[in-house]
Amino acid sequence: MIPAPFAYARPTTVDEALQAVAEGGDDVKILAGGQSLIPVMRLRLAAPETVVDLSRVAELRGVRDDGDAIVIGAMTTHADVLRDPLVQQYAPLIAEATETVADRQVRARGTFGGALAHADPAGDLPAVALALDAEFVLAGLDGRRTVPAGEFFVDYLTTALGEGELLVEIRVPKLAGEWGMRYEKFNRVAQAWSIVAVAAVVRRENGHIAEARIGLTNMGTTPLRAGAVEAALAGAEASPEAVAAAARSAAEGTSPSSDLNAQADYREHLAQVLTRRAVAAAAGL
Amino acid sequence: MTRINVRVDGVTYDDDVEPRTLLVHYLREQLGKVGTVVGCDTSNCGACTVHLDGAAVKSCTVLAVQADDGEVTTIEGLAQDGSLHPMQKAFHEMHGLQCGFCTPGMIMASVDLLRENPDPSETEVREGIEGNLCRCTGYQNIVRAVQQAAGEMRGGARAPSGDGHVSPAEVDTAAAPHVAGAQS
Repeated sequence: MIPAPFAYARPTTVDEALQAVAEGGDDVKILAGGQSLIPVMRLRLAAPETVVDLSRVAELRGVRDDGDAIVIGAMTTHADVLRDPLVQQYAPLIAEATETVADRQVRARGTFGGALAHADPAGDLPAVALALDAEFVLAGLDGRRTVPAGEFFVDYLTTALGEGELLVEIRVPKLAGEWGMRYEKFNRVAQAWSIVAVAAVVRRENGHIAEARIGLTNMGTTPLRAGAVEAALAGAEASPEAVAAAARSAAEGTSPSSDLNAQADYREHLAQVLTRRAVAAAAGL
Repeated sequence: MTRINVRVDGVTYDDDVEPRTLLVHYLREQLGKVGTVVGCDTSNCGACTVHLDGAAVKSCTVLAVQADDGEVTTIEGLAQDGSLHPMQKAFHEMHGLQCGFCTPGMIMASVDLLRENPDPSETEVREGIEGNLCRCTGYQNIVRAVQQAAGEMRGGARAPSGDGHVSPAEVDTAAAPHVAGAQS
């Protein structure tokens, strides 16, 4: 199918983009890499009045070192994130998860910021951003504001982005100390969307787990932190038994859906198994 | 209508397109490049894969206006001076197709994969073309074709790694009878 007609704007700066969004009418969609938006428009599930294409906004691309954080431009493609040395050094979890996103062609066009702003519960990057305590920088005509990952994902396909705002960059704090990370994903071979996935970030200290942060993919309408597991792991012995015991509460507080890929109780089971594997790997067990 | 300037298979075009026109429709309907096919129309199957500015993309999931000032290579632009690209040749020799519908996209995706990884293992080939679906072959001969092309494209410059080059003699003749000359 072919998308419904729309007006097209192709700004080259963030200011121009904000202006184009403001002037675009009631129903404006922002086109990042287009790998979710164009399919949705083709199916006529979305028929925006105006599409603002960010692909020529050069200032939104690339990864930079900003002292205590790395800053990923919202329009950096998955393919560029994967190859980026700062990502590999400070946030290998992002590279690991990005490698599982869709396929090669989609990763060539799809963007880091686009995937986060789309906020699909089966998407891989939101849970990773959550586990890394990333911060989202949103730009509006009145200036910029920073939203922590925990407050960015509001509901199904819904984020803290306000009317007329753009996600411009994501700040990922550099971690101090001995951290290990792992993304464990369960999906059908021909469909890269996660049925369930778990992002684990673990700090070890003297044979113990000092701190664990666990993000869950597709265990509710938004990505979630597995708070009960994190609490059980804080200060626990870094042993397979302790990790397995803590992982049993991975589905606490979640509300997974049932669909043709999995029933809710199966997703709860997967969350426990994948949490155990992800934490064990991140803790070097 | 929006004016675009795009280079496709070595020829420059200036055209007016509606912003909603998908790149694959522009290629097929305005330029007559029907070698690039529409398979699923849902971004899954990869049959419409072309190269845009050097990277493989699904042309049903790119707007034609986004190719403005860009360079597109389709399956029709791969052969040089009448001789098949090594990947096209390998798909032919290794019987990497049956109905042929997925083949243009398979070949474009595979060429893109070798650009990044000139000597992929079998697993790397399978992962590299995960965005392309084939409903006939079971992929076996497609993977062999990609590895054969990789061997040929590396040429004599590097020693073969052992699993890169696949000679027809190693191929299961039941799967690829014409390669081994079983049906003479």
